[in-house]
Amino acid sequence: MSQYMKSFVGAVALTMVASTSAVAGSGVSGAGAVSAAQLLWMSADVSSANIFNRNLKKEKDPNAPPPESGYHDPENDGTHILQPPKEAYVGLPTTEFGNHVDWVKAIDQDKLSPRWDRFDSSEEPFVMDLDIVREVKASVPDVVFPHRQHTEWLACANCHPAIFVPQKGANQINMSAILLGQKCGVCHGKVSFPITTKTCTKCHSKPKPEDWSPPLSDATLKNPWR
Amino acid sequence: MFCNAEHSFKWKYALLGLLAGMFVFALPPTAKAEYADVIINNYADAAGMRPVVFPHWFHRVRFRCKVCHADLGFQFKAGGNKITMAKIIDGKFCGACHNGEIAWSVENCNMCHSGIPGTPTHIHGSTVQRLVAPPYKALNSK
Ligand code: HEC
Ligand code: HEC
Ligand code: HEC
Ligand code: HEC
Ligand code: HEC
Ligand code: HEC
Repeated sequence: MSQYMKSFVGAVALTMVASTSAVAGSGVSGAGAVSAAQLLWMSADVSSANIFNRNLKKEKDPNAPPPESGYHDPENDGTHILQPPKEAYVGLPTTEFGNHVDWVKAIDQDKLSPRWDRFDSSEEPFVMDLDIVREVKASVPDVVFPHRQHTEWLACANCHPAIFVPQKGANQINMSAILLGQKCGVCHGKVSFPITTKTCTKCHSKPKPEDWSPPLSDATLKNPWR
Repeated sequence: MFCNAEHSFKWKYALLGLLAGMFVFALPPTAKAEYADVIINNYADAAGMRPVVFPHWFHRVRFRCKVCHADLGFQFKAGGNKITMAKIIDGKFCGACHNGEIAWSVENCNMCHSGIPGTPTHIHGSTVQRLVAPPYKALNSK
């Protein structure tokens, strides 16, 4: 309540400031040269803060060649010898996020076969096909953790026991931890696919039962006006 | 002594900076990042070298994560491995491959040291970096 009052008062005060500045502006303009101060005042007429997207960040060219990356130094000769990602990605299955390459499909479809051993290109990974389902309290689909895709790339020791105790349900995981770079977020959001609207259902892939509905919060159950 | 040369240098940088500044205003800052590139700059800047840019995408085309992160002992943390040239020529970290046997050898300094001076150690395009606000704190978290 009091918050609304405050923002209302604030809005009135702002309008008053804006209109006095308009008056001040027109008063000075008769004096000849346009002063910097006047420009400042005039621009205060309408807030320039109302651009359409304030916080949206979009990737214009996610796979720019190194000299245009923004962190490679174009003054460095080596930078221009580095390979542009797009050149290497031709023919690989695509996604709409991360490197814009579907690395799992690329291996499944035999388009890529990265080495499992540093020297021996014929060595095969030890792939384990075991799905772990984690029920999620929220309305989003439950999480299925697939060992298969992970053991295509990683050794058991990359996750067990440092990141996850190898026992179903023994690990506390939530989205906050993941976004902070813990648990699944050690890799996802950094090197493996990122956490964005387009990837939620990659992890949250098991639909809730037909009769499922989100539990009501205490505040609702005890709401005297309900 | 090098007063003149230094001056023109500074001007060049100032102009470059201005151009870069205009660019930054025109584009969102993350517009052109290749996801998962790691910039490593624990020591490089201080020693007068450009920071190192390590491209994950390029290496994962050739190797599974296991090769580096299990066999070679790279920890999952940008800058966390305290890599130095002494360790590299000893055959550790990058030096396990960039030795003229598996990949081109270590004398190609500017292939690795290709970052813009002053760039801090970080992993590019990460979800944490792109968040508008810090992640939420769960109500029941202690
Ligand atoms: C497991 C082996 C391996 C390790 C470890 C390794 N690299 Fe590489 N790297 C390669 C191979 C193979 C190539 C391709 C060489 C070629 O083109 O002949 C390469 C190429 C590169 C390239 C050039 C990419 C391009 O665009 O052509 C850079 C830069 C690079 N590595 C940096 C590093 C850095 C920095 C490290 C250490 C932090 C590192 N590498 C560790 C195997 C490795
Ligand atoms: C990317 C990380 C990752 C890798 C790599 C990985 N695991 Fe797991 N593992 C998990 C997670 C996550 C769970 C589920 C833990 C939970 O539910 O709390 C799990 C659970 C398990 C469980 C318990 C299953 C159960 O029903 O209780 C076993 C056993 C296991 N993993 C073995 C392995 C073996 C063997 C390998 C290597 C072939 C491996 N894991 C590789 C992440 C991984
Ligand atoms: C040690 C690193 C690591 C950790 C930790 C990890 N992942 Fe992954 N995950 C990968 C890699 C690598 C891939 C391959 C695809 C890629 O790189 O985008 C992958 C792929 C997946 C896929 C398959 C996507 C597909 O296209 O089939 C799912 C689903 C997934 N991860 C969920 C999880 C969940 C859930 C957790 C946490 C319980 C988790 N991962 C933890 C590295 C990791
Ligand atoms: C890398 C895999 C992964 C991705 C991607 C992912 N989640 Fe999750 N999410 C999880 C795991 C694991 C849990 C914890 C499940 C449990 O309770 O055991 C979780 C839990 C949740 C919860 C329950 C509340 C909480 O914090 O535990 C919500 C809501 C949720 N996720 C929403 C999302 C949304 C929205 C997205 C897309 C922006 C998303 N998730 C992307 C793995 C993922
Ligand atoms: C394969 C990639 C690679 C090559 C090639 C390479 N470096 Fe490095 N260098 C690194 C990495 C990674 C670091 C650690 C960067 C940091 O943390 O600041 C580093 C650090 C350094 C440092 C600071 C730390 C120290 O050891 O004193 C200097 C100086 C340096 N390199 C010089 C060189 C020179 C000179 C060459 C060419 C003869 C060279 N490097 C070639 C990867 C490379
Ligand atoms: C050629 C070697 C190599 C390969 C292959 C490789 N990495 Fe890395 N990784 C590195 C290096 C080098 C670093 C940076 C370490 C440092 O700065 O000390 C790194 C850092 C990371 C980090 C830390 C990011 C952070 O800042 O927290 C993660 C996560 C990661 N790698 C995941 C992966 C995954 C997943 C794969 C497989 C898809 C993979 N890596 C393949 C060499 C490699």
